[in-house]
Amino acid sequence: MRKFLEGSHAVAEAVKLSRVGVISAYPITPQTHIVERLAEFVADGELNAQFINVESEHSAASVVLGAEATGVRAFTATSSQGLILMSEVLFNIAGLRLPLVLVCANRALSAPINIWNDHQDAIALRDSGWIQFYAENNQEVHDFIYQAYKLAENPEIMLPVMVNMDGYILTHGMEPVDIPSQEKIDEFLPPYTPPYKLDVENPLSMGLLGDPTVYLETRYAIQKTLEDVLKLIPQIGEDFESIFGRKGVALLEKYRIDGAEDVIVAMGSVCGTVKDFIDKKRKEGFPLGLLKIVTYRPFPKEEIFSFLKDKKNVFVLEKAISLGSDGPLYTEIKSLFKNSLPKICGFIAGLGGRDITFNTLEEMLAVGRKEMVSSYFLDVNHTLLRDKFFI
Amino acid sequence: MMENHLFVAGHTACGGCGQAIAARLVVDTLGKNTIVCNATGCLEVFSTKCPQSSWRIPWIHSLFENAAAVASGVEAALKYLGKENINVCAFAGDGGTSDIGLQALSGMLERGHNVLFCCFDNEAYMNTGIQRSGLTPYEASTTTSPAGKIWRGNWRKKKPVVEICASHFIPYSASASVGFPQDLQRKVKKAASIRGPKYIQIHCPCPLGWGFDASLTLEIAKNAVFAGLYPLVEYEYGEVVKVFKIGNNKKPVDEYIKFQRRFRHLLKDEEALEELQKIADKNIEYYKLV
Repeated sequence: MRKFLEGSHAVAEAVKLSRVGVISAYPITPQTHIVERLAEFVADGELNAQFINVESEHSAASVVLGAEATGVRAFTATSSQGLILMSEVLFNIAGLRLPLVLVCANRALSAPINIWNDHQDAIALRDSGWIQFYAENNQEVHDFIYQAYKLAENPEIMLPVMVNMDGYILTHGMEPVDIPSQEKIDEFLPPYTPPYKLDVENPLSMGLLGDPTVYLETRYAIQKTLEDVLKLIPQIGEDFESIFGRKGVALLEKYRIDGAEDVIVAMGSVCGTVKDFIDKKRKEGFPLGLLKIVTYRPFPKEEIFSFLKDKKNVFVLEKAISLGSDGPLYTEIKSLFKNSLPKICGFIAGLGGRDITFNTLEEMLAVGRKEMVSSYFLDVNHTLLRDKFFI
Repeated sequence: MMENHLFVAGHTACGGCGQAIAARLVVDTLGKNTIVCNATGCLEVFSTKCPQSSWRIPWIHSLFENAAAVASGVEAALKYLGKENINVCAFAGDGGTSDIGLQALSGMLERGHNVLFCCFDNEAYMNTGIQRSGLTPYEASTTTSPAGKIWRGNWRKKKPVVEICASHFIPYSASASVGFPQDLQRKVKKAASIRGPKYIQIHCPCPLGWGFDASLTLEIAKNAVFAGLYPLVEYEYGEVVKVFKIGNNKKPVDEYIKFQRRFRHLLKDEEALEELQKIADKNIEYYKLV
């Protein structure tokens, strides 16, 4: 069934059809409508779940941790400050090998306080052991939920998944979304059968003290599992496509790469703008294409390498910055290439919700073709910097 | 006989650890139909060094401050599964309860989860080297509140966590002591029979942190109660319903502190000792312990 939905509601619909048993969230600044709509579903009896209103994001993550440890599919959503407050628990969830799914409405971090979109929140959690998907539109974020549970709960994987959607741009943006039937979702995503859980019939201890003789192996095991995840994601995407008739989750998406010499690399909703921009540039005769990173963790190194190695110019466009270094995505892509080819430039744009327009992208191409830059900030208002009134 | 316990030997607690005794009393009283969510702390560290565990019931450790929230999630999941007859416990030390864990504890109480929260109160951060917590008693010397030329040890009285919990108007909030095992077991049984959030704070002497001989754990625990420094009280929905009368067993506070290194500086300081006695007298009067 097709519905005209804002992204937050598209997520809530998918969580409902995923038959989640425990939901917990805290409405920290900034809030989204995801859990509000889920609360309505529970209040109206449309969703049989325990809905736990907690006193902080830290406790929200802890409640769903407890639920997952008891063998029940659980869900939480957050963004920005909330994600950072949760971060201690999120590392813990990955270490405990619990298959939680969380939606992060990507937004900037304080200070200054800013409720608008960028990727600094989720990128800060990139080293936590969580799988990370970045959605371009509301249909993708809806579909990623089902596939995220399918992947996380695979007994060979048992790692949590963060589904990222751009705050405001997707969470509050209305788009038509095709919502599958419950029957088809049940076929794709059967009930969760935990390989281990807190069970009085079969007592086990979880979260033991791991001293130097065992800790290192726990991290090695996660690293190895994430390698398997790279193989499993395309399979899950194909399974999804075979049932629902539209493309499923992937490691990467390529757009207009036929004969493309220059490639923009980006993640999330900005890829929509970039695609339109590429169409325009193609008409003007520029051989430009897009490499969209769908799966940021695990990082699909080989796939990115084999695609980019023959290209001339690579423009990495990202909404995050490792302050004091470069854009995280740029750094990782750059590290794949031992030799000088292709020419890779890094650009920071859109922080704190600054619009990324065709002008932004034109500036990127102009600078990237002329210079060698690694963390070039686009659209900087130099008047503001000179006046320093914001410091 | 060991096999009958649900918390078994082989762990690495210090000799005379009050917390190990208390934990066993609590889980043995609750029985097999119990899930424990344990905060970071001595109990967690000494009982579950991978790949071993002393727990014969399902047990999980997540973090320091979130035991009450994890227990809330376990309880919610059990409700979803229709298994509401299982006892869900959160275990934490005094730091994991009164300081870093207080917010999550308050949230769990306010939401009305059917969870028993047990605070094993050994009155400082023992696992990390005897630092002061919100439940460290007045004038006790710790590594972050040392008795010195100017300081007399800890400068604040114990945070009234039993009362803070009772003020949430929960069905049951109580203090207990490892020195009185039958009283402790009665309170645990009572808590288990009540639906809703319950709090029991158990006084657990720590030979290492308090500086006493490991053979004296239970005697020191008893003397804390008899001195009036650890009143054993029970609240139901915010009202005191029962106190443990000390009657003729009442002792002056120096009887309690004399074997403890953390209070040694008070024995030479009459004024400081008097202040401690005043706290005990006030407890005795307020709770009508005699």
